[in-house]
Amino acid sequence: MFHWLEQRPFFFAVALFLTVAFAGIIEVIPDFSKQSQPTVGTKPYSVLELTGRHVYIKDSCNACHSQLIRPFKSETDRYGMYSLSGEYAYDRPFLWGSKRTGPDLMRVGNYRTTDWHENHMKAPSEVIPGTVMPSYAHQFTNIADVDTAYAEAVTVKNVFGVPYDKEGMPKLGSIEDARASALAEAKLIAADMKDQDVKDAVAAGKIPEIVAIIAYMNSLK
Amino acid sequence: MQNSAQIEYDYSIAKAFTFATILFGIIGMTVGVILAFQLAFPALSNLAGEYGTFSRLRPLHTNGVAFGFALSGIFATWYYVGQRVLKVSLKESPFLMGVAKLHFALYFITILLAVVTLLSGITTSKEYAELEWPLDLLVVVWWVLWGVAMFGMIGIRRERTLYVSVWYYMSSFLAVAMLYLFNNMEVPTYFASGGHGSILHSVSMYAGTNDALVQWWFGHNAVAFVFTTPIIAMVYYFLPKESGQNVYSYKLSMLAFWGLMFVYLWAGGHHLIYSTVPDWMQTMGSVMSVVLILPSWGSAINMLLTMKGEWGQLQTNPLIKFMVMASTFYMLSTIEGPIQAIKSVNAIAHFTDWIPGHVHDGVLGWVVFMIMASLLHMAPRMFKREIYSKSLLETQFWIQTVAIVLYFTSMWIAGITQGMMWRAYDEYGSLVYSFIDTVEVLHPYYTIRAVGGLLYLVGLFMWAYNMYKTATVGRVLTKEPANASPMGA
Repeated sequence: MFHWLEQRPFFFAVALFLTVAFAGIIEVIPDFSKQSQPTVGTKPYSVLELTGRHVYIKDSCNACHSQLIRPFKSETDRYGMYSLSGEYAYDRPFLWGSKRTGPDLMRVGNYRTTDWHENHMKAPSEVIPGTVMPSYAHQFTNIADVDTAYAEAVTVKNVFGVPYDKEGMPKLGSIEDARASALAEAKLIAADMKDQDVKDAVAAGKIPEIVAIIAYMNSLK
Repeated sequence: MQNSAQIEYDYSIAKAFTFATILFGIIGMTVGVILAFQLAFPALSNLAGEYGTFSRLRPLHTNGVAFGFALSGIFATWYYVGQRVLKVSLKESPFLMGVAKLHFALYFITILLAVVTLLSGITTSKEYAELEWPLDLLVVVWWVLWGVAMFGMIGIRRERTLYVSVWYYMSSFLAVAMLYLFNNMEVPTYFASGGHGSILHSVSMYAGTNDALVQWWFGHNAVAFVFTTPIIAMVYYFLPKESGQNVYSYKLSMLAFWGLMFVYLWAGGHHLIYSTVPDWMQTMGSVMSVVLILPSWGSAINMLLTMKGEWGQLQTNPLIKFMVMASTFYMLSTIEGPIQAIKSVNAIAHFTDWIPGHVHDGVLGWVVFMIMASLLHMAPRMFKREIYSKSLLETQFWIQTVAIVLYFTSMWIAGITQGMMWRAYDEYGSLVYSFIDTVEVLHPYYTIRAVGGLLYLVGLFMWAYNMYKTATVGRVLTKEPANASPMGA
């Protein structure tokens, strides 16, 4: 049979494809028969948090930080309750990471504050001597892209039925509404920060990336 | 059978991809060395603002070496090997020649755009699938063009039976097409939201655990079908050609091929052990990873035994050295991976530097060695000139071999040290080490790794120089270097 196949490229390719695709059919497809269900209390990200998530992705924080707490005592002692599938129901894409050059951030909002992040992101080695993390000072001057986060929220709401604008869930409204609510949230965070340029920017209606990413990290619980 | 002497093969596309291999190899590996030094000396991470941080550069390195260097090498060898084992010249079909040229042009543009977008932070964040949707579409176009060129050449072939290498190239084409399409299913948000925000942004069709599952089904098998199967295709062609030996066993080739095709895709689950994906998939990923040793070693042993009775060539021919060492590193890497996939080992190894250590003994020892040796075998036949310097090759071989050993041994120690420290408890039941303790302890290993990486890069430059000199000033050959052929022509 194999000799026969080796002289017939079409049938060879078909046999090859079926052999290769087999595992995916068995492994991946059944998992999609039921959608990933959110755990009780899991909410989609607010527009500002989603903006911060985009900053996290833009600066590729997931290259060094995981967001997946494995069910070992050494991990739950260090990072908190182990991860549950439903907690990730609104994560598009997932940000589990594959390398912990720095610590896990799945529940960083439980034990770090706005003030801590501000100091740390500006000059990590002054907060944690010996760290290998670079400074992310550029996030204090770059202005975050709220509109793209809004576009993503609207997309997942319409295409995937993510429950924005439902009872007890984050509101989206029009793009003007979203910009206003993101700015209102940003003002609360800027109030806890010391950097005068950031405070001035927020007062002038602009949201620096650092404010958005802190909003995102504070939401990780 | 048609005598190959009567067919004049066209190497213009193979030459173009050879050039791309050298260019992207230098870019991708230089960025890799910078990253390694940044971990050892973090101040280096802040020299170029947001464009110089470890995190921003890391996708540039992985994409640069995988989709810049390795893919160019794969395409270069395909446009060389494909013609020869199918006994057909690209020149015979102006259509296929045009397709191949377009393939190269679009591919080259895509990689350049990838460099720009990744540096700007335009990324989906999914590992090895970071490119945003417009680039994904470009990738699909030239991937299809490669397929047209491949199956077109197969369609007009003179040699009826497909040689082993062709099986492997075909598997790369088909599997990557499937994996890439499914993993990059994404919705451009600009269009789906009625024109808001960035036009380049998209959102994944899958969420959370499902996204992770699809990503690692892709991620692991991108390794399989970019870093393994096309490289096996190379070793099946170039080792017998260079040594003049017949492939040791046809049956072993066949068993290893179909075995690899069936088993590889299952193993992706080993990236998700102790995560929130269903338990049976984690177990399946673990078990199948161990089974994977069989077809992997099947190919490697088949290659090593091909040298039976001719081991003396190791002393005289540096290319044989590279290829035999590559097969040996393939064996090391494919026993190491399954060990890491065992659940209890994975509990310690996951998230540590042992993982990049494993990746690099595979890619530096196996993929890059094999690609460099293959292009060096091709050079005298493409450029009609002798290899410029064999002694330079010898030196390069030893520098790079030492470099790889420094790299993976330091990362083994670093990974296991950190994995053990993360889980160390004192007699009162408290964690012994804070996280930063487990970072500071790695400094010497990060330094050794960076030095290893730098040595390897030096070797790469020696190779690039040798290739350049071969193409320009090597002694002119009047006829193709002679060696026996496993294809009987």
